[in-house]
Amino acid sequence: MVSFGPIMDLDAAAWAALTLSLRVASVAMLCSLPLALWVAWILARKEFPGKGLLSALVHLPLVLPPVVTGYLLLLSFGRNAPLGRLLESFGIGLAFHWTGAVLAALIMGFPLMVRAMRLAIEAVDPRIEAAAATLGAPRVSVFCRVTLPLIFPGILAGAVMGFAKAMGEFGATITFVANIPGQTQTLPSAIWTALQVPGGENRALAMAALAGLVALAAVLLSEALARRVAKRISGAR
Amino acid sequence: MLEVTLRHGFDGFDLDLSFSTEGGITALFGRSGAGKTTVINAVAGLLRPDMGRVVLDGETLLDTERGIWVPPHRRRLGYVFQDARLFPHLDVRRNLTFGARYAPRGSSGASFNDVVALLGLEPLLDRAPATLSGGEKQRVALGRALLCHPRLLLMDEPLASLDGPRKQEILPYLERLRDGALGLPILYVSHAVDEIARLADRLVLLQNGRLKAQGALFDVMADPAAVPLLGVREAGAVLEADVIAHAEDGLSTLAVRAGQLELPGVQAPIGSRVRLRVLAQDVILSRQRPEGLSSVNILAVRVEAVHPGDGPGAAIALSAGGDRLLARVTARAVRDLDLRAGMECYAIIKATTVAPGSIGR
Repeated sequence: MVSFGPIMDLDAAAWAALTLSLRVASVAMLCSLPLALWVAWILARKEFPGKGLLSALVHLPLVLPPVVTGYLLLLSFGRNAPLGRLLESFGIGLAFHWTGAVLAALIMGFPLMVRAMRLAIEAVDPRIEAAAATLGAPRVSVFCRVTLPLIFPGILAGAVMGFAKAMGEFGATITFVANIPGQTQTLPSAIWTALQVPGGENRALAMAALAGLVALAAVLLSEALARRVAKRISGAR
Repeated sequence: MLEVTLRHGFDGFDLDLSFSTEGGITALFGRSGAGKTTVINAVAGLLRPDMGRVVLDGETLLDTERGIWVPPHRRRLGYVFQDARLFPHLDVRRNLTFGARYAPRGSSGASFNDVVALLGLEPLLDRAPATLSGGEKQRVALGRALLCHPRLLLMDEPLASLDGPRKQEILPYLERLRDGALGLPILYVSHAVDEIARLADRLVLLQNGRLKAQGALFDVMADPAAVPLLGVREAGAVLEADVIAHAEDGLSTLAVRAGQLELPGVQAPIGSRVRLRVLAQDVILSRQRPEGLSSVNILAVRVEAVHPGDGPGAAIALSAGGDRLLARVTARAVRDLDLRAGMECYAIIKATTVAPGSIGR
């Protein structure tokens, strides 16, 4: 039986967690988009020594326990780590800060984004790009006018995957930036916290439903966009 | 004028050749694997050869010795690929205008409307490439290449992926391009002798990455040494003839230098000049003027050269009042008829040997 009661249980802390999650996921997705595209490009098109190693490194967060990734982040970017201190001197605090949650979400979502984009790039026939070059188009124009429109569905798919992964990221985030309400408490962390409290099941359920809604909306939106692009490419009008 | 010198090695294959072209259509002929596409890609800049030099109208596009390599987008060559390679995300109109913005300001060339009219593209403009037939795709690809105002048009087997009727649909457009006001030189890669006989002005023969012959089409096609390169069934001279009359029974009278021929299926109007392709294997030689034959096409000829082949056959170069013909006979016939250079004899040409497709211009 479906009950709408739990919705009533969404308090200010839950909304704050949702807002933070959305912000973390959006920033993580937007920041990693250009980098993921570049990495996907060189993995799809270039041959160089160490390519296998790069690919393994990029995919590592997929198979590593998230808590290990979070711990590694803490070791590298914590307040007492050299890298963390360096960034701190520039005014960029990562550990126990929402920007740290962005970094954790970015690293966890990165392999999924690269994967989707790499497949799209590999599907583009380089001979079509060569044809564009013979028509006088410089490299950058070939990329913008031919390659980019053709791989756009893949970029979109990658972006949605990255966003969804960032929305759901829990293990690395809670290890790296902890679970401070209003500061680093993302929606998954808030759900987890609610489950630790006796009688918090209704709050947890309400937030879980919220997380489900956001994920569903993201997937539906990307499907609709991808369909439009595919329609344009296949020529059905 | 295009001058090409290339040296390039692949796994188990190396290319080493040098040739030049003048205006008009230069055909690059060879079996698959002869290196044709390698050559045309090196000219386009899509392949960087180990060593080479490509000079177009005095401008060096490639010179490995001097470290010159002009990237493909600055070469201003139109390239029509065998597989069209249209942009799938753009409609025909946008495909056609893709290169327009890169043409140098003030460059001369066909206008959009000219090209659309020349290639009959008007009804296709709003269509997507995925909805076009093979022949339509090739026409769009040709128009797209023309609209970037190239100095030279490269065509890599543009008809190879099309069936007979589709080929016939494109060929007239290529002839219009050759004979039209554009005066655009074309480097045309093909392994189909009939296309070349119909279109080319100049012929470059390749085999296993080496140049075997080059020269005017009429010269190379009439060269007995070229027979094994073109294939014994495909070899044969190309000559020019004037259409004199069309008879009611479907036969037309054409004048060549040594006389007249009666041929079926000639579409060209009276007074026009056409190309005839006479297959070497369809020419019969006789020492006396034959009587009572079903074929009426008999020309008095003189044997210019006897070229023994590797097998049981021999290629005979003939002169028919200045026109050159090629005949393929058996080595035994050469012996029995005592065929020798300078000898006068008669060539019987089967009227059906001239396919409508090989009568052009």
